[in-house]
Amino acid sequence: MSRAFPSITLRWLPVWRRNLRVWRKLSGPALIGNFGEPLLYLLALGYGLGGFIGEVNGLPYIVFLASGIVCASAMNTASFEGLYSAYTRMAVQNTWGGMLATPLSIDDIVLGEILWAGTKSLISSVPILLVAALLGVVHDISALGVLPVVFIIGVCFGAMALVVTALAKSYDFFIYYFTLVITPLFLVSGVFFPLDGMPDAVRIGAQLLPLAHAVDVVRPLMTGQPLPSLTLLYLMVPLLYAAGAFWLATVLFHRRLIS
Amino acid sequence: MLPEPKILPDLVVEAHGLTKRYGTQTVVDNLDLSVRRGECFGLLGPNGAGKTTTLRMLMGATLPSAGELNVLGYTIPQQARQMHLRLGVVPQQDNLDPDFTVMENLSTYASYFGLRGAALDARITDLLAFANLEAKAHVGIGTLSGGMKRRLTLARALINDPDLLILDEPTTGLDPQARQLIWQRLRTLLAQGKSLILTTHYMEEAERLCDRLVIIDSGRILVSGSPAELVRQHIEPHVVEIHGRGMDEWFNSIGQQFVQRSEHAGETLFCYLADERPLLDALRQCPELHFMHRRANLEDVFIKLTGKELRE
Ligand SMILES: Nc1ncnc2c1ncn2[C@@H]1O[C@H](COP(=O)(O)OP(=O)(O)O)[C@@H](O)[C@H]1O
Ligand SMILES: [Mg+2]
Repeated sequence: MSRAFPSITLRWLPVWRRNLRVWRKLSGPALIGNFGEPLLYLLALGYGLGGFIGEVNGLPYIVFLASGIVCASAMNTASFEGLYSAYTRMAVQNTWGGMLATPLSIDDIVLGEILWAGTKSLISSVPILLVAALLGVVHDISALGVLPVVFIIGVCFGAMALVVTALAKSYDFFIYYFTLVITPLFLVSGVFFPLDGMPDAVRIGAQLLPLAHAVDVVRPLMTGQPLPSLTLLYLMVPLLYAAGAFWLATVLFHRRLIS
Repeated sequence: MLPEPKILPDLVVEAHGLTKRYGTQTVVDNLDLSVRRGECFGLLGPNGAGKTTTLRMLMGATLPSAGELNVLGYTIPQQARQMHLRLGVVPQQDNLDPDFTVMENLSTYASYFGLRGAALDARITDLLAFANLEAKAHVGIGTLSGGMKRRLTLARALINDPDLLILDEPTTGLDPQARQLIWQRLRTLLAQGKSLILTTHYMEEAERLCDRLVIIDSGRILVSGSPAELVRQHIEPHVVEIHGRGMDEWFNSIGQQFVQRSEHAGETLFCYLADERPLLDALRQCPELHFMHRRANLEDVFIKLTGKELRE
């Protein structure tokens, strides 16, 4: 079946709410899992490596790193949600099959899952921001402006992950996506080090990918530097990825689940 | 909230030429079906006959390769969403939410229909009673027995007070008591005027519950009618089952002449007859042979039509 753009209604809300309800029941362990690892990176690399590096772009290394970690953690959280958790709901628990017998459609489910991935990124970024603030590596209250950007990162990577889930035959498939997509993005998006030192090809390539621009917006918000003049345009990049992936995911899930 | 009740058509399902192909395999082959309002309609057939695929097409969960389909007055799959407001489904594989309690399963499912508020709370209370699960309302579903899970799935399917209920093997794997309870509940639903479509492996279940049924194999309808009609039309009225030492020799030399049709299944010989008396008289002369006489039933029809060999 050839399909136009997915239909967008408020029916994503019960899908999103169901996931929130499950998360609230299991939140304790999940939360520690979500921010424990990024926090370790922040502390170990920030202080450990930071001692050798000193300043980066005029910032103490841990201050530079904190904003990268916030973005990377949002990307990871949403990717896990869109891969492992969504796959479980689709193929193992058949939760989506139950939903599809009700007035909910695949478009509603996919949109609900994408917005949930964004929400999950948002939730897991809060403790990291808090700790960063306690460590004194956040400049001022304008760091709260990071939250909507984190949500956008989550929506973008949640949508991309769902495309992969729509093609996955088992959980094993996801490791390729992490190795081939997520980890390289992690390394070339200015999370750990500025891209200035990279070869031109990598630098320009990274500009076409969804994470680097988000880092460029989050970093000034957390460090109190001026925002890039093209901030809104920068944020369009992950949003465009999200829209494209949303559309592709609905096409693929239709093919997989209904035909 | 639920839409205005629409007048129900006399036929809650009308399918013409319904066909499903997967690659080169034709799983459902040019099926014509009609289900009347208020009846219990059975879809019977051996494993792999195409029952689940047929039900999934009826509910708009699988796109047909060909055919016309109307369910509750809606064209499927185009109007599946509107139809779903008035449909209840008990799928073959349980898909209850494992992270939720019994109550949360019901209220979450209700949210997919946009149901909420006091009316929903009352409905959930009623459904918990209907499913005999009041004591389990706040229990996680991991601790429920198979029968309880099935009843919860049934209760969940009723959350939107549907006109039509689709049940894919609702009692498979349940013990006899659990099965009886489900049967009782399904009869209550029929008495309330709901229409039911069910698949089952248990011929007794079909015989008890179904007003009409079809037996399908390889995606094609073999026969259709009421259970009593099918037994009358497709099989001799009496069955004598025989086993024991020397049975084959005895049957070839003596028994055969009294019997219209016979079939081996394992070590038992099934004899089908119009008049059972001469065979029973002859059997009484042979103390070596054990035998049992009974009326023919739907299971005999099913086995005659689909064969005795095991399908997995
Ligand atoms: N998604 C699918 N892809 C390919 N073959 C399928 C699919 N679903 C079912 N089949 C095949 O269709 C046939 C009928 O399956 P099904 O409708 O589940 O039978 P039943 O419910 O009567 O046991 C089986 O041979 C099954 O392997
Ligand atoms: Mg089946």
